[in-house]
Amino acid sequence: MWKYIVKRLLWSIVIMVGAGIIIFLLTYFTPGDPAAQLIGSDASAADLAALRAKLGIDKPFLQQLVTFLYNSFIKWDWGTSWTYNEPVMSTILSRLPRTAIIGVGQMILTVAIGIPLGIFAARHQGHWQDYGVLGVCMVLVSLPDMWVALMFVLLFSLQLHWLPAYGIGGPQYYILPIVSGVMGGIAGQARLMRSGMLEVIHSDFVTTARAKGQSEDLIVRKHILPNALMPVITMLGGSLALVVCGSAIVERLFSIPGVGLYLLDGISYRDYPIIRGCTLFFATFSALVYLLLDLVYAWIDPRIKAQYTSGKKSGR
Amino acid sequence: MAEKDLNLEKKGGHHGPHGEDHGPHKKGPHHGGHHGEHHGRHYSPAFNNFMETFRRVFISPSAKLGGIMFVIVVLLLVFAPVIAPYKPTEVNLKNTFATPSLAHLCGTDKLGRDIFSRLLYGGRYSLALGLTAAIVGSVGGVIVGSIAGYFGGKVEDLIMRFCDIWGALPGSLMTLLLAASFGAGLWQTIVSLSISAIPNGARMTRGQILGERGKEYVEAAESFNCPKRVIMFRHLLPNVISPTIVNTTMKIGGSITMVAGLSYLGLGIQPPTPEWGAMLSDGISYISAYPHMVIFPGIAIAICVLSINLMGDGLRDALDPKMRS
Repeated sequence: MWKYIVKRLLWSIVIMVGAGIIIFLLTYFTPGDPAAQLIGSDASAADLAALRAKLGIDKPFLQQLVTFLYNSFIKWDWGTSWTYNEPVMSTILSRLPRTAIIGVGQMILTVAIGIPLGIFAARHQGHWQDYGVLGVCMVLVSLPDMWVALMFVLLFSLQLHWLPAYGIGGPQYYILPIVSGVMGGIAGQARLMRSGMLEVIHSDFVTTARAKGQSEDLIVRKHILPNALMPVITMLGGSLALVVCGSAIVERLFSIPGVGLYLLDGISYRDYPIIRGCTLFFATFSALVYLLLDLVYAWIDPRIKAQYTSGKKSGR
Repeated sequence: MAEKDLNLEKKGGHHGPHGEDHGPHKKGPHHGGHHGEHHGRHYSPAFNNFMETFRRVFISPSAKLGGIMFVIVVLLLVFAPVIAPYKPTEVNLKNTFATPSLAHLCGTDKLGRDIFSRLLYGGRYSLALGLTAAIVGSVGGVIVGSIAGYFGGKVEDLIMRFCDIWGALPGSLMTLLLAASFGAGLWQTIVSLSISAIPNGARMTRGQILGERGKEYVEAAESFNCPKRVIMFRHLLPNVISPTIVNTTMKIGGSITMVAGLSYLGLGIQPPTPEWGAMLSDGISYISAYPHMVIFPGIAIAICVLSINLMGDGLRDALDPKMRS
């Protein structure tokens, strides 16, 4: 077990450094000069050169890359924003709670509604309840999240005046961003849960359990669910990473100053430290989520555990 | 697991031609068993296979509905110049922000352009973008994944490790970053969407190939010195391609919504072009007074994506009989 954990940890570090290099390349090779955009069009050539030197973008490519990697991964210093003159990492951390509230809120809603819905549909496979759930899920998956959010704003803020349309403040400001972004997630989760259940329902050990005369409730709880939940857990971790990393649009729509909006600011100002810092943050976050997921997975699934205790490479 | 039935059948179809003793050209084992003899016989097995799958996709009423919706959408878009009552770029400053009426079915926007006409023309961009991005991304994934999966060893390790790194950022974020560094525009958007879809597609194809690689027919082909290239493309690939096709179909809708999101962030299609996402985000500033500017583009996206997803679902059921209810 320990060998696996250490190996997995080391691999996460390699992934992070690799992602760092990709992030650097993507910003470095973006055409145009960020210093020129920062200083405005009427600055003299000397000023421009001075600014470029100050920002450190006049150095050769390799030197910049190495400095970036060294600062980001060894010193854990993600630089200072060019436009706001604030350290990027502390800004991200101070904005993180807002992004996290939305992400975790959506996660909770997805699980609390999606999984029971999927189980319900699977238990009524082929009946109208099943078709109803499937149909609704199909429509929900197909609606663009952005549009749903706007319709909710239209209805609940502009027509009914129940909830604020944008900004931050009390808890009521988070209701719309959380609820409106979660429709597709719920539908996807329900569909996944349903197909997971169906896959297990037809397996031999369930037939055996039925043959033993076990009650249907017990079969679902003891035999089907533990097996069907596996892929759902994987999906869940992945979608948490997805929700947090995809926070940009929701935060822009509702003017919530979270990490996603910070990244968008960075993109529109060509502020490389912000762009690199935010993406590094998102990459670290999802790497951590997947790391935890793999470990939890290995922990709870005896089949995976057996795989590497017998010395076989786990098929990742 | 679930793909096994399918592979058996596909094998029947794809490997049939090698033995010419398949006299009356019966297709591989059938699931339903019912009909199947009406078409076939004179056509190539590959075509038969395709027709059979096609027929099974549209067995389900929901897939039929999706298919009909999709055909209508495509017809509307193709015949946009005939159907559209106005030119998509026709500005009428005397009639801005008109609410829906008989003259303007979906109202007009801030420049007095007819939204219905713009939707008809704009759908061409949205649909073409979604289709191209999903297909290019998947093809890239299949190529990378099949190279990794077949050759194995060092090549596979290297490619998969690289995919892990490339996929360290979730797809949507990668798309955003790529779009930010390429800039806004049609081609830039397609490229960013496709590139960020490759790691996932590669992982999927490689997983499928890993499952197929040990099977007897690959061993058989190897044993009479069939070139690796032929084994991979003629024997392995047809057997692993169907999950990818389903996945691609489902990804089209996602791409269309993603393009809309990018356009909203100013990184996708630029405003004068009547793309659905761009139209939607164009209306956001006026949502409180003129909600029709947001409502109709959203409905257009939803109908288009729904029709494709319904067909994709049918496809999945047809290719994966276990899931059929």
